[in-house]
Amino acid sequence: MAQTMDPNNMPILSEASVSVEIETEDMTLNIGPQHPSTHGVLRLVAKINGEKISSVEPVLGYMHRGYEKLAEVRTYPQVTTLVNRIDWVSGFANEIPFIAGAEKLMEIEVPERAQYIRLILTEMARISSHFVFNGAFPLEIGALTPIFLAMEDRERVLDLLESVTGGRFHPNFNRIGGVKPAAGAGPTTKKDIQDLPAGFYHDTKVAMQKVLEAVDRFEDLIGGNEVFQLRTKNVGILPKEVAEEYGVSGPILRASGVEFDLRKQSNYLPYDKFDFEIPIGENGDCFDRWAVRTSEMRESAKIILQAIEDMPSGPIQAKVPKVIKVPKGQTYVRAENPKGEMGYYIISEGGLGPYRLKIRTASFSNISILPIMLEGALLPDLIAIMGSLDFVLGDVDR
Amino acid sequence: MSFSTELLIKVLVVLATAPAMALGLTLLEVKGSAWMQRRPGPLHVGLRGFIFPLATAAKYLQKETIIPNDVDEPVFKWAPAWVIAAVVGLFTIIPLSPTLIVRDLELGVFFLLAISSISTIGVLTAGWSSANKFSLMGGLRAAGQLIAYELPLILSVVGVVIQAETMSTVGIVEKQIEFGFPFVIAGQGIAFIIFMIAATAEMMRTPFDMPIGESELTMGFFTEYSGIRFLIFYISEYINLFVMCAIASTLFLGGYHVPLLPTEWVNFYGPLVLIGKTFLLAFILIAIRWSFPRFREDQLQTLAWKVLIPLSLLNIMVTAIMKVVF
Repeated sequence: MAQTMDPNNMPILSEASVSVEIETEDMTLNIGPQHPSTHGVLRLVAKINGEKISSVEPVLGYMHRGYEKLAEVRTYPQVTTLVNRIDWVSGFANEIPFIAGAEKLMEIEVPERAQYIRLILTEMARISSHFVFNGAFPLEIGALTPIFLAMEDRERVLDLLESVTGGRFHPNFNRIGGVKPAAGAGPTTKKDIQDLPAGFYHDTKVAMQKVLEAVDRFEDLIGGNEVFQLRTKNVGILPKEVAEEYGVSGPILRASGVEFDLRKQSNYLPYDKFDFEIPIGENGDCFDRWAVRTSEMRESAKIILQAIEDMPSGPIQAKVPKVIKVPKGQTYVRAENPKGEMGYYIISEGGLGPYRLKIRTASFSNISILPIMLEGALLPDLIAIMGSLDFVLGDVDR
Repeated sequence: MSFSTELLIKVLVVLATAPAMALGLTLLEVKGSAWMQRRPGPLHVGLRGFIFPLATAAKYLQKETIIPNDVDEPVFKWAPAWVIAAVVGLFTIIPLSPTLIVRDLELGVFFLLAISSISTIGVLTAGWSSANKFSLMGGLRAAGQLIAYELPLILSVVGVVIQAETMSTVGIVEKQIEFGFPFVIAGQGIAFIIFMIAATAEMMRTPFDMPIGESELTMGFFTEYSGIRFLIFYISEYINLFVMCAIASTLFLGGYHVPLLPTEWVNFYGPLVLIGKTFLLAFILIAIRWSFPRFREDQLQTLAWKVLIPLSLLNIMVTAIMKVVF
């Protein structure tokens, strides 16, 4: 605002000094909770000077559903229905760490076949989540075509998930000690449980080939697009040290050059049996975050193809008591979800349900770097940076 | 025929043609994008999708007009009028044939550049009067962009004017016929590309749609518009697309003329030829729109000031030298 002069209080001419600097006030811009590209109901209170952002404050809680509290009044098998809905883009992957935690407390050895099925479906959830990212991120920086192609390609993976679990987004497929016999599995006998639907291997092989083709196409259509590169390269650089300090995880951390992937560093699922690489970025900019996720899709497809090749036979359910009671104790199990590290801290008092459940979600920690990354950025970059973090509001607020 | 009757007929014809062309281009855009995105809807629904633009228009007509409390009402209400007046006004100088033209102005090209900049007022007032921060930013971005890209638009046309030695649009087409080649081949290729880029930016279409930028500014300067006023903005966008492409085909692609057809029948085939060329150019812009993300504001300004303007100045210099030498 220009300096104003009060006519009653005019300085005496000899004392008057000329001020050539015009002071401007920052404008407060409320981005969200209803806004096309805040992935739901995130609200950013941005102070902007023209197009430049001087500070940003994320306001959360518009979607808080109290899952941690709700879990206290549920039995263990019931909790999976809740946690499905935390990160709804990859519902299946949310179940794994919780179930693994409960199994760890009960000291149950899960049959290998069940673990393989879990692993395949987790990777499918990862592919489906990254497909959504590959559609939504270009959409946010103005390209409207990729989302339609991505949704079409994602459908192949969701169809497979549906054929096994019966659900596309909220499968609720894991049981303590194993997995549920598949929907549409055909007649089952006591001896031979049909856990995967007929033709699943073949369909998966075909679908994964299509996924690999789709990844090539996206790398061409999105990554090869000059305007996309202009908008994302050297934008929103997240240095390695900052990323580590703020507990950022998943593809964002790897894009900053940190080789941290719980699939390699933890043993919640038998990932050590497969040959796959962890894509690492160099600069930690928006383009790297896109590139890391897109190459991850390729790696996931490779893992699934390998898992199908040497799928062990055997039971899909360990012997568990009819009424599941988890012995007293505490545990923390974490897993590499599509969005990053997801962990469940379970405190059991020996009852039917958890005494206390703390959910560590990837998106919540990941968006904690928004104020740092956005300081001094331009408003269009805000959208690009936010899009490249690929968070889901259900995963932030729980 | 008296002047006033002639004027009335011309006005009525233009007022009927402009929305019809807008509908045609909407259809082209809807079908083109659906084809590129493999969306089955617009290709099959409602008479194979042909009813789609009409349905869109009918939908906006029956919507309630919402005027928020804090808006500057007269300014807000008149903003769409500025925009549509500017784009419909440009129909004056589009020659469908040597005689089928509203008015063959001596200063035709000058008229084009003068009138087309009026829409800036509409856009800026729309953004300002909406009492919405997103609209304001959209309006300011639009103003900055329209001013920046006005220059390459003007400068690229100067080359054509030098080569044709006239500013009248009919004169420019006749010169191309006389020359045997359209100007896009005969020396003004770079100018054509600059003109198309600048025209895309003037129309605020992707990749230059920063002022609208629906993922950041919701809908830019027309965030607060609804109902028929939104429809007017929407239609004028497509009329503008038609006009700009028609002018580009007149200035660079030989307008109503095609080789080998008898010139005495030009009144019959001329309009079809021009509309055909226009839709062809429009289709290229549509394909670009659906394949690119948008530029950032600073990148967009850099492109205008550091690339397009120097290039078009160079083009003028080269054209002038060639003109003197030959």
